[in-house]
Order: sequence, then structure tokens, then C-alpha cells
Amino acid sequence: MVIPTSSSLAIDASDIARRFGASWVLRGVTLRLSPGEVVGVLGVNGSGKSTFLRILATLIKPHAGTALVCGHDIAREPEEVRAQIGYLAHTPGLYDDLTARENLIFAAAMLDRDERGVDAILERVGLLAYASQPVRGFSSGMQRRLAIGRLMLIRPKVLLLDEPYSNLDSGGLDLMNSLISEWVDAGAAALVVLHELAPAADLLDRTVTLQDGRAATKPAMHSDPAGIPLAASGR
Amino acid sequence: MSLRHDWRRARAIAWKDLTAERRSKAGFNSVVALAVTILAMFGFALGPDAQAIRDAAPGAIWLAVLFAGVLAFNRSYQVELDGGALEQLILYPGGRRAIFAGKLLANFAFVSLMLVIVIAVGIVLFQVTIPSAWPALVGIVICGAVGLVTLGTFYAAMASRSRAREVLLPLLLFPMLVPVLLAAIEATKALLGGNIMSDAGAWARLLVAFDVVFLVATFLAFESVIEV
Amino acid sequence: MTHAAQSPAVTLPRTWGNRLTIFGWFAFLFLIGSQVLAIAISPPDRDMGDLQKIMYVHVPAAWMTMLAPLTVLVFALRYLWRRREEDDLLAAAAAEVAVAFAGLTLMLGMLWARPTWGVWWTWDARLTSTLVLFLILCGYLALRALVDDREQRAQWSAAVGILGAINVPIVYMSVRWWRTIHQIQSSPSTVDPAYVIGLRLNAFAFLFVMIYLIRRRYEAALIERAAEHAIESAALGKGGTDRG
Repeated sequence: MVIPTSSSLAIDASDIARRFGASWVLRGVTLRLSPGEVVGVLGVNGSGKSTFLRILATLIKPHAGTALVCGHDIAREPEEVRAQIGYLAHTPGLYDDLTARENLIFAAAMLDRDERGVDAILERVGLLAYASQPVRGFSSGMQRRLAIGRLMLIRPKVLLLDEPYSNLDSGGLDLMNSLISEWVDAGAAALVVLHELAPAADLLDRTVTLQDGRAATKPAMHSDPAGIPLAASGR
Repeated sequence: MSLRHDWRRARAIAWKDLTAERRSKAGFNSVVALAVTILAMFGFALGPDAQAIRDAAPGAIWLAVLFAGVLAFNRSYQVELDGGALEQLILYPGGRRAIFAGKLLANFAFVSLMLVIVIAVGIVLFQVTIPSAWPALVGIVICGAVGLVTLGTFYAAMASRSRAREVLLPLLLFPMLVPVLLAAIEATKALLGGNIMSDAGAWARLLVAFDVVFLVATFLAFESVIEV
Repeated sequence: MTHAAQSPAVTLPRTWGNRLTIFGWFAFLFLIGSQVLAIAISPPDRDMGDLQKIMYVHVPAAWMTMLAPLTVLVFALRYLWRRREEDDLLAAAAAEVAVAFAGLTLMLGMLWARPTWGVWWTWDARLTSTLVLFLILCGYLALRALVDDREQRAQWSAAVGILGAINVPIVYMSVRWWRTIHQIQSSPSTVDPAYVIGLRLNAFAFLFVMIYLIRRRYEAALIERAAEHAIESAALGKGGTDRG
């Protein structure tokens, strides 16, 4: 069994722990992802799934443990990590008073990308008809689609998706899945926080369940469990 | 990241803030209305004797702008906090200084426009005669606005994300702005009284020094303050 | 297996221990001695009479009030440079002591002003600057009280502390010009050589007391922090499946 070296892993997290006040949400999560892998993260409400994702996205710091994303340390090289990841948050993070197009134009400017590609993205996510309407009037599904569109402006090597399927209709689900497949085929790795397996079942290589602040791995139904040396329990 | 990219980002942020502000309708109008109301309140508190009001005009104008400005500064971060946009903002690669620069520009535009309106109303309400040296006055006002906006934008980055933000921002900001307040008010009084260059000049130099010192200091410190 | 009744192990931080208590005694005795000496050897002032003696507390307190923000500045800078919790706690301790000294200076200034000028407050340059400094420090402490996340609090305090300290000379200059323009009399400065010895002695006394107070406050914070760490470590160890 070959254990991948850190430098080739997309995500290499060891003993990540984080507390809020005096209670620990994450107690030591160890997780490794290779490029091209899609891993689902499951767990009940409050099990720390979003927190773990935000730590990997360098938005918050772990109180213990280390993690490398694309070989860069999240604590010491956050800028390099941010350049590699695409983070889809639970809240869309859009500007209500700007139109859909303006939100994407703003993102393009911040990413130093060409603004002319924005309309193509809007079409791909099915919002071209609403391009000139302020986001304030959008349904949560439409906002999610716009957030996905913003993700398309980045070319991430690691996808960190927090419940990406919530609020999406079946067309949206297909959109999300086809995008994930495209990115993964291009070599990206994806860590997807899920409430339920169904929308992503075909995509996942395996799942990880967060319980009591630690990770337990189960292979997804159809995949080969060999070659996955993980989990903190019993080690 | 190249300077050109930083400038593009700063411009984008300023444009976003101002566009959102313009469209929200609630923001600018109500803040300016508040400033004018405060000005009127000063008139009631200090008047109606014409001389007393005229003497108090510079102070009343700047205080009105200060109090209303606090709302504006907190609002400029509110727009990021409401939908969770601040996280996305931090994740864009490149320095945070562009964020600070963009918000500075947007807040400066906001406060400048507010100052113009409040000064106009103040001139009327407080029976101020416009001095011949009014270009110098404009210069003083601009320098004062820069100081106000610099510290206001900086402290609001913290206050807007803490508890009791309405109280914390003035508590942090006002004592720090004492030099700006004194300089702006005294220089204004000197120019209004025809008592020209020496007094006003010294205050102007103090204002400029203040602005430079704190522009540099806040730019250096912003990175560590905007991170979560 | 963990023992349910075991109390968390606390690693006690390095403190001065008994030496601090001894130093404290020394500082306070020195202070009392300096006060007595100064009051005894100085003749009553021509204008103020015995009221002048308040100067031996007021002036050194004012000097410490100027010194303390400098201390906050140094520790805040050191925190930003090395990111060690201890530096943040030192800065906070210095700020608390500074507020106390500033408050003392203001109160004594008022006690002096009342019999002298008949009013409780004169917008004297130094007194007013001290008031502004007092308010700046209050803002610093309010920030610390209103932010819960430790690292955020330390980062933000450092920034606010540094900006506040930088502003102190600017505030002083601007208030002084302000007073000069409006020509109100300021508190008399102490020139008479008969008073100098008393002042110098008490200045040192106050310095020792200030160092003692800051250190004492800092060590209390260190112990608090050690206890918090112990509780958190214990909470991490408990619960869930056993770790290898």
C-alpha cells in the first residue's frame, strides 16, 4: 500500500482541532485527499463540518493540528492556499443591491480576470435572463447558482463546497454535478459537505463522517476501499 | 500582486460600495438627514443669539459630520457582513490593502458629499459669512475629512464586527480625532475671522502631518485587523 | 482511561513569585518615605500655601500617565512582531494601570483647581491632554471587553494601542496650541528648586509602584490564562472515542 507523500496530496490535514469558547467542535480530524478525488463530509448539525471546511479555506485558524493544501501550510502560507482553492460557502456572500452581472464583474475584477467572460458564465448557470436584476430579489436557489458562477471564475485545484446542493432544483443539481465532474476531470480535488448523500452519490469516491469532533471513514458504496489509510479512531 | 492589479481591486471595491450605497436609497439620504438634524439641534442648544451661533458654527458643523459619519463608517462594513460577503472578500488573492484603499475612497466620497451639504446648511443656519480666503478653507476641510475617514474606516473594520458596535466605534474614534477636530475648527475660525495665514497655516500643517502619519499607520495595520 | 475526578493539570507560568511581593513592599515604602520627605522639607508656596503639596502626587502621576502609553506601545509592537500571548497581556496590564494613573492625575488636578481657581476644571493644556489620553485608554479597554475571540482581541488591541500611543504627542501639541490661542492661564509649572528634589524622589517612587502594579496585573492575567488553557486541554481529552 503506497502512502502518498504530502507534496502530492491536494489536502493533507492532521489532527485539526478547534474550539468555540471552552467546548471543542473539532477534536483532531485527520484527512487526506489526492488530486481527482471527491470526498463527501457527513455529520449531524453542529458536528463541525463547516468549521473544518473554513479552516481548510484559511478563514479561521485551527487551535491545534496542521494542514497542507496543495503543499502549502494553511497557517503559514494562507495566500498561496487561497490562490488554489474554490470555496463555496453556506451563505452566498453576494451583494444584494448589485445585479447578478455586477456581482460577477466585481468578482472578476478582484480575481484579475477578464470581465467579458461574465455573460457566458451567467448563461451557463441559467441566470442570463436575470443578469440585470438586483440580487435582493433572487430566490435562494438563484443566489446559489450565482455563487456557483462566481466559482467558475476561479480555476481551483481544490474545491471546498459547503452543502452545495441546498436550495437547488433538479436543474441546479445537474449543473453542480456536471461542474464538479469537469473540475475533477481537470485534476481538482473536491471536499463536499453534505446533509444527505443522494445528490452526490455518483460523484463521491468515499465519505467521511464527523462525529464527536473526529473523522470516521467509510468507502462509498461502489468504490474500492483499498488504498485509503485514514481515520483517527483506533490509531 | 502588481500595483495595477491592486489599483483595479481598490477601484472595484470603491465602485461596489458606492453603487450599493446609491441603490440602497436608505443609506446616504438618512445619514445626511441625521447630520442636518444634529446641526439644527446645535442651533437650538446654542442660539438664538446671532453672535453665539456664528462662533459655534465650525464646531457644530464638524460635530454633526462626526456623529453622522460614525453611522456611515459602520455601514460600509455592514454590507459585507450581511450576506457573508466579507469571507469571500478575504479569499480573493492579493493584499488586503486594496480593500482598505477601496473603502477609504468610497467613504471619502461619502463624507465629502455630506460635508458639502452640511456646510451649506450650516452657513445658512448659523449666519456665517464666507471669507475671502475660502479656497484655503476648502483645503482645510479636505484635510480634515481625510483624517476623519482614515481613522473611521480603520476602526469600523473592528467595531462593526464586535459587540455593541454603535458604542464602540465612537468610543474608539472620537478621542483619536481630537487633533483633527481642534485643527479643523480653529483653522476655520481663523479664516472666518479674517485672521489669516499664521494661525490657519500652523493648524493646516498639523492636519497634514496627522493625515500622513495615520494614513501610513492604518495601511500598515489593516492586514492584521481585517483577517478574521 | 481518564479518571473522572482528576483535576486538570495547570502549568504555572513563570512569575517573579516572592520577589514581586518584596519589590511591592519596597515600592510602597519608598513612596511613603518620599511623600513624607517632600512634604517635610518643602516650604509652603507663596500663593498656594500647603495646597502645593498635592503636586508631589499629581505631577509624578502625570509623568507616569505619559510613560504608561509608551509601555503599551512597546508591548503592542512586540506582540505584532512575535505573536506571543504574553506580550498582549503585558500591554493590557499596562493599559489598565495607565487608566488608573490617568484617573488619579485628573482627580488631583481637579482637587488643585478648585481652591486655586474656584472651578473644578480648567481646560488647561496638560489636564486636557490627560483627559483625552484617559478616553483613548478607555476605548482600548472597551475594545478588549467587547471582543471574545482571543487572537482577534490581541491583534486588534495591538493595532488600537499603537495608534493611540502614536497620537499622544499629536494630541498634546494640538491641545497646547489651542490653549495658547485662547490664552487661559495654565497650571503653574514647578520651577522653584526647593521643590525639585521632592519631585524627583516621588517620580522614582511612582515609577516603582507602576512597575509593581503592571507586573502584578500581568501575573494575574498569566494565571488566568494558564487556568483557561488547562480547562480547554482537559475538555479536549475527554469525550468521544479514545485516541491512541
